[in-house]
Amino acid sequence: MAAIAKRQPTDLAKQTFEYAPAPESIDHVKIEPRYGLFIGGKMVAAHSKKRFPTINPATEQKLSEVVEADEVDVDHAVKAADKAFDSWSAISPSRRARYIFRISRILQERARELAVVETMDGGKPIKESRDVDIPLAAAHFFYYAGWADKLEWAFPNRKPRPLGVAGQVIPWNFPLLMLAWKIAPALAAGNTVVLKPAETTPLSALLFADICMQAELPPGVVNIVTGGGKTGSLVVTHPGVKKVAFTGSTEVGKLIQRSLAGTGKRLTLELGGKAANIVFDDAPLDAAVEGIVNGIYFNQGHVCCAGSRLLVQESIAEPLLEKLKLRLGTLRLGDPLDKNTDIGAINSKAQLEKIEELVESGVQEGAEIFQPECKLPERGYWFPPTLFTNVSQSYRIAREEIFGPVLSVLTFRTPAEAVEKANNTPYGLSAGVWTDKGSRILWMAERMRAGVVWANTFNRFDPTSPFGGYKESGFGREGGRHGLLPYLELV
Amino acid sequence: MAPAKSGANGRVEVRKTYKLFIGGEFVRSESGRAYRFDGNVNVPRGSRKDLRDAVRGARGAVAGWAARTAMNRGQILYRAAEMLDGRRAQFIELLGSGRGAHKEVDDAVEAFVWYAGWTDKLAQVIGGTNPVAGPYFNFTIPEPTGVVGVVAPEEPALVGLVRRVAPALCGGNALVVLAPEVNPLPALTLAEVLATSDLPAGVVNVISGFRKELLPWLASHMDVNAIDVAGCTADEVTEIEKAAADNVKRVVKHAPGEMSPYLITAFMEMKTVWHPVGV
Repeated sequence: MAAIAKRQPTDLAKQTFEYAPAPESIDHVKIEPRYGLFIGGKMVAAHSKKRFPTINPATEQKLSEVVEADEVDVDHAVKAADKAFDSWSAISPSRRARYIFRISRILQERARELAVVETMDGGKPIKESRDVDIPLAAAHFFYYAGWADKLEWAFPNRKPRPLGVAGQVIPWNFPLLMLAWKIAPALAAGNTVVLKPAETTPLSALLFADICMQAELPPGVVNIVTGGGKTGSLVVTHPGVKKVAFTGSTEVGKLIQRSLAGTGKRLTLELGGKAANIVFDDAPLDAAVEGIVNGIYFNQGHVCCAGSRLLVQESIAEPLLEKLKLRLGTLRLGDPLDKNTDIGAINSKAQLEKIEELVESGVQEGAEIFQPECKLPERGYWFPPTLFTNVSQSYRIAREEIFGPVLSVLTFRTPAEAVEKANNTPYGLSAGVWTDKGSRILWMAERMRAGVVWANTFNRFDPTSPFGGYKESGFGREGGRHGLLPYLELV
Repeated sequence: MAPAKSGANGRVEVRKTYKLFIGGEFVRSESGRAYRFDGNVNVPRGSRKDLRDAVRGARGAVAGWAARTAMNRGQILYRAAEMLDGRRAQFIELLGSGRGAHKEVDDAVEAFVWYAGWTDKLAQVIGGTNPVAGPYFNFTIPEPTGVVGVVAPEEPALVGLVRRVAPALCGGNALVVLAPEVNPLPALTLAEVLATSDLPAGVVNVISGFRKELLPWLASHMDVNAIDVAGCTADEVTEIEKAAADNVKRVVKHAPGEMSPYLITAFMEMKTVWHPVGV
């Protein structure tokens, strides 16, 4: 290991081509200096006088100002949704489907604008927002649009009924995609929605409000209120909300679950993770390296299902880590709007501080840190791709969700040990397995206590594919036929 | 209650000591306590430690039970129906010998038979393959949630419990059952049926005792993955839901009489597996 550490992995990076800047143009995007709330089918002035800026984490420049919605605003939104529910749940399902199809089409038509806004507001590389977030969001609406008039075929021997107003709170890592995961199945099932986007990434949801207007979606079917945790809490605890869907940290998920005790509200939670990405000695190493990189450095590691614990079979640990470290040296960190950027900005100052704190704990606890030579821009929030070896299972970096570009490497000898270590976490969202042996893939997949298992791939998503956690990673599924269930009562 | 009395012919009956069922063994409460039920029956008053042992037993058993083939689980549930049917007379007597008692035992047997037939059909009805937009094979299968707490209803004491236990077992979970404080004997006797049905030790554990001494610990136990609250009052449900948040426990509320595959999946997780397709 020492020999590897002494080599300069970035030598290779220096030999590769220099990339000329290739910034995505932003002249076609119009961000308003301030936004109201989307209630009852139009943008309205808020009751709350409190506003807060949303900034570009890559430049620390203010992009716009949004409202911190208060109790009165949330009440207006829920009432608008409640009013719209009667007609939305009663119109012919094929008409409902057509509105949702329209939304999907408009998302495709305005894809580039949405991708740019997503990248400016959240810091993720444009190639990810352009190639992953926005296409998947559009596909999600398209998929669930088709369910709207086929619900009676989805659950044998049961009659599906919508629940009412859904209160939905989403995170900042995939703002528009998480919006799609929440709103598309809710609308298809005949519910109406009050959605609160994350505090640091409200803009794509506000653009989505414009898309709802463009689609002539009936007023009140979708309502969007901006704000922080307090606003989110007002949404989920409002007595008019019949169903709560939350994606975010396990800590907040537990608070929500507790706050809904005794209310009879339906709840689904998609929470944190600490996924194991397991590489066996027969895995094709180059493919595995790409999978590891995609698993933990995709979206700066701001991914609940990120492969943040690499479990590598002892016999191949050395060559694998050597390749991995070389690969880290070639990752391009910088302007998220540059089409060549691999690693963008950390979403917020608070998140950067959390990552720094956990990385520091790793060093303190005795893990060996590796970071490629990597020049960080002067302004904005950045963190270089980081890898820890000599990690014990008890270290915080092996147990806690870091939600940053930080990989903890552990080793194992036998498949049984890999299973034991992989499952040794209160989380259970995802897992990765790399091996050439088919029977071993299925053996491992059976034993992973996780809702999604990627074998010889990682971080793949699709609207037809159910996603969600075991254990403290939450309950309920999003995507596929299973994703309808949380939004229906089966009579 | 008939079993506690002497027979008419003057025969001195051999009475049964009711016990907890933990990890496949019939044991007294570690606390040594009992409470009197129905005049003359001593019912073990299980403690927090008994509950802990039961959860440990269930946790130890769940992987093996979940790994049994669906067919094998079906055979074992069917054997539970056979064992219960073989003890019809005993259960009818326990349930008061009326017409209702006959029907209740019949319904309980039927519940085991019905769910026995679901073990190897559920994955086809509930799971499936997903046509993702890319070169991947992708499928979703239901898997057991893990250790499930079941708060047995007082009424109907036998079929009410069997209709909670059978679907959870069908899915491959291991259970910790809290017998009702009032009318605990059908639940404790059901343990004897399950003990002779080839269920691996620890897959079902039954604890009797005082609700207020046991329920809060079951609800907040960090190694219990789900809890069925069929036998709880509304206030108890609220408290359970608060405590359940400690480890994001699934709280399952279904109508008591319901029989449905959705009750099986209430105690299951959907797992989705991806693999690339290529040469």
